[in-house]
Amino acid sequence: MYNGSKIIVGLIVFAGIVTFPFIYNLGKVNAKPEPKIDTPVIQQLKEKNCIESKEFMKANHMQLLNKWRDMVVRNGKRVYVNSKGEKYEISLQNTCLKCHSNKKEFCDECHNYMSVKTHCWNCHLESKG
Amino acid sequence: MVMSYESKANRRQFLKILGFSTLSGLGSIPAIWALTPQFAIRNLQSEKRWAMVVDMKKFRTEEDYKKCIDACHTIHNVPDFGNPKDEVKWIWKMPYRNTFPEQEDEYISDGVKQMPFMVLCNHCKNPPCVRVCPTKATFKRIDGIVQMDYHRCIGCRFCMAACPYGSRSFNFREPRPFIKEKNPEYPTRTRGVVEKCNFCEERLSKGLSPACVEACKDNKALIFGDLNDPDSEVRKVLESNYTIRRKPELGTQPGVYYIV
Amino acid sequence: MFEKALSGDRRYWGWIFFLLLIMGTGFIFYIKQLNYGLGITGMSRDISWGLYIAQFTFLVGVAASAVMLVIPYYLHDYKKFGKIIIFGEFLAISAVIMCLMFVFVDMGQPMRAMNMILYPTPNSIMFWDMVVLNGYLLLNLIIGWTTLSAERNELPPPKWVKPLIYISIPWAISIHTVTAFLYAGLPGRHLWLTAIMAPRFLASAFASGPALLIILCLTVKRISSFDPGKEAIQTLGKIVTYAVIINLFFFVLELFTAFYSKIPGHMHPFQYLFFGIEGHGKLIPWMWTAFILSIMAIILLINPNMRENENILIVSAVLVFISTWIDKGMGLVIGGFIPNPFEEIIEYSPTVPEVLITLGVWATGLLIITVLYKIAVSIKEKTV
Repeated sequence: MYNGSKIIVGLIVFAGIVTFPFIYNLGKVNAKPEPKIDTPVIQQLKEKNCIESKEFMKANHMQLLNKWRDMVVRNGKRVYVNSKGEKYEISLQNTCLKCHSNKKEFCDECHNYMSVKTHCWNCHLESKG
Repeated sequence: MVMSYESKANRRQFLKILGFSTLSGLGSIPAIWALTPQFAIRNLQSEKRWAMVVDMKKFRTEEDYKKCIDACHTIHNVPDFGNPKDEVKWIWKMPYRNTFPEQEDEYISDGVKQMPFMVLCNHCKNPPCVRVCPTKATFKRIDGIVQMDYHRCIGCRFCMAACPYGSRSFNFREPRPFIKEKNPEYPTRTRGVVEKCNFCEERLSKGLSPACVEACKDNKALIFGDLNDPDSEVRKVLESNYTIRRKPELGTQPGVYYIV
Repeated sequence: MFEKALSGDRRYWGWIFFLLLIMGTGFIFYIKQLNYGLGITGMSRDISWGLYIAQFTFLVGVAASAVMLVIPYYLHDYKKFGKIIIFGEFLAISAVIMCLMFVFVDMGQPMRAMNMILYPTPNSIMFWDMVVLNGYLLLNLIIGWTTLSAERNELPPPKWVKPLIYISIPWAISIHTVTAFLYAGLPGRHLWLTAIMAPRFLASAFASGPALLIILCLTVKRISSFDPGKEAIQTLGKIVTYAVIINLFFFVLELFTAFYSKIPGHMHPFQYLFFGIEGHGKLIPWMWTAFILSIMAIILLINPNMRENENILIVSAVLVFISTWIDKGMGLVIGGFIPNPFEEIIEYSPTVPEVLITLGVWATGLLIITVLYKIAVSIKEKTV
């Protein structure tokens, strides 16, 4: 093998760089994200239900928000009828955030853990309270 | 109420024409024609056509202008950069001679020449901005409102070059630090997108009239309504008054009328 | 073939590092622009396109001009261009890449650039411009690379490139026509609303592109042992002569329509550009420079005896290049925005970061030309 030693050293350096994040985080405990829903508005609700089931929202909120965005902006439709036939105004700021007024403890909790970067908040305002 | 902007039939039609024109070696010019926004819209049944009449006789004091402008700019989180280079505006004042530059009448009184007119997006029937947008980020709704999709705008500013009315502003900088008091019910914009008046479509959907119209409802300086409804107030005002529109020779068919 | 670009003398590497330095500076300022927004440039809500789009418009012409070599060589069997045709194609590649980069740095939301493809919009001329520019880039990459590889192996180029070459001819015309349509179809912008915008673009393209090619070929001749051939360069000179005269003629046509009809909107941009309006006239010195340089170039070029002198030829090529760069870049793009739709005169001048980013893109283009020309010259030095 020509330049055998150089190739082997190169391979070791390459393997080191590639596995660095894994080795670096080895043995460190990362706290499981726990999004909080104890906002004043939610606490006052009799039935603590979101517009769809918790499981559905957990899995599909991103698709739902994209769908909402296009319904309102592009088609001018502002009413969402959920699986139970209940009607809601389609609005991130005026519907979602009215209950989930704790963006930091609710949205960011998981997004940061999963290192998901959303662009929502470049324009949409998080509620003050 | 609102139908999708281009129907499937149109797309199929487009593909057919495109195939045909490529085959015949004529390039895609007929296909472009077939797909120009006017064509697509003509085939749809419109229920409404929103329009505004600006009654300049009712604008007397500085306050008359200011309350309309402030109402709009506060409710929509329009930033105030304090310099003309970065300026963003949805509705503002412009002297008569700038609003109607082609009316070059030397002998009009100075009072009229300098008289500030209210200008805003005209929500044209044939909007050039919509024609040029490469992503459909600006598009014409079935009710005539020329809408912006700020999620989709790539900030190429072709629409600003195309608009013959100077109605469009670009976010040259991050707008948020320059909004005095943010309205939590409406989003802001981000830097790098174009914005403009939306005829308060978010208020119309709740049955309210546009913010500027409401702000000057005491003296009815702005009249808003549906042109397709013969009994609407705008139609009556248009029938009983002589009105002018900006640059009618361009064929854009503005939706903003002026009583001088 | 890329290995040819990796061996060179100190001058070569010095030049490469010089370009990399300018590119790096431009890149740093581009990052600044990304963080601050396009407010870092001199553009405003009234002059919403500036230096970047001016360069884009000019460079589309340079790219299209490769066709001035392809037509004589492939359609008229003008053998003398055989040695330099690759330089035309490689110039086109670099020019198109610069075009795409200038559009990119001009975007407010560059991360969303793919929206052009995700939401294709055939009624937008910009959509078609993206299609033709990328297609032209691809065509020239394939044609240039294949023919040069064949030459290196001392084989005739494969048969399948021929159709591609024929397609590239109307395609070159199309990139500049479509780019002219970006401007020529906008109501209310009087300077741009002219049916001869596309012919004007082509005339100035066929002046500036071959002029640049003359400069490049004579440079290659000086710094390498490869000789592009006197006759080929002289023919390029003739093409430049015709094109620069036609370009001036078209310009006079515009002046006639504007000033004989006396329609104010049509006269205003020209008045602003050459004489200023209401005391505003930042572009006056530029426009007169462009005008005088093109007249000087015509005087030098029109006489065959003078044109045959390569020193005079290269000087006139430089004059043509600068003149068309001013006229079609800043003159056309900025002039189109003044006066604004309210007939106000709002002026524009580029900022330092804007100029540095622009230089960065130019340096990238020059680096691409250098590398591609180095490869081509290395192969030609061996085979010729």
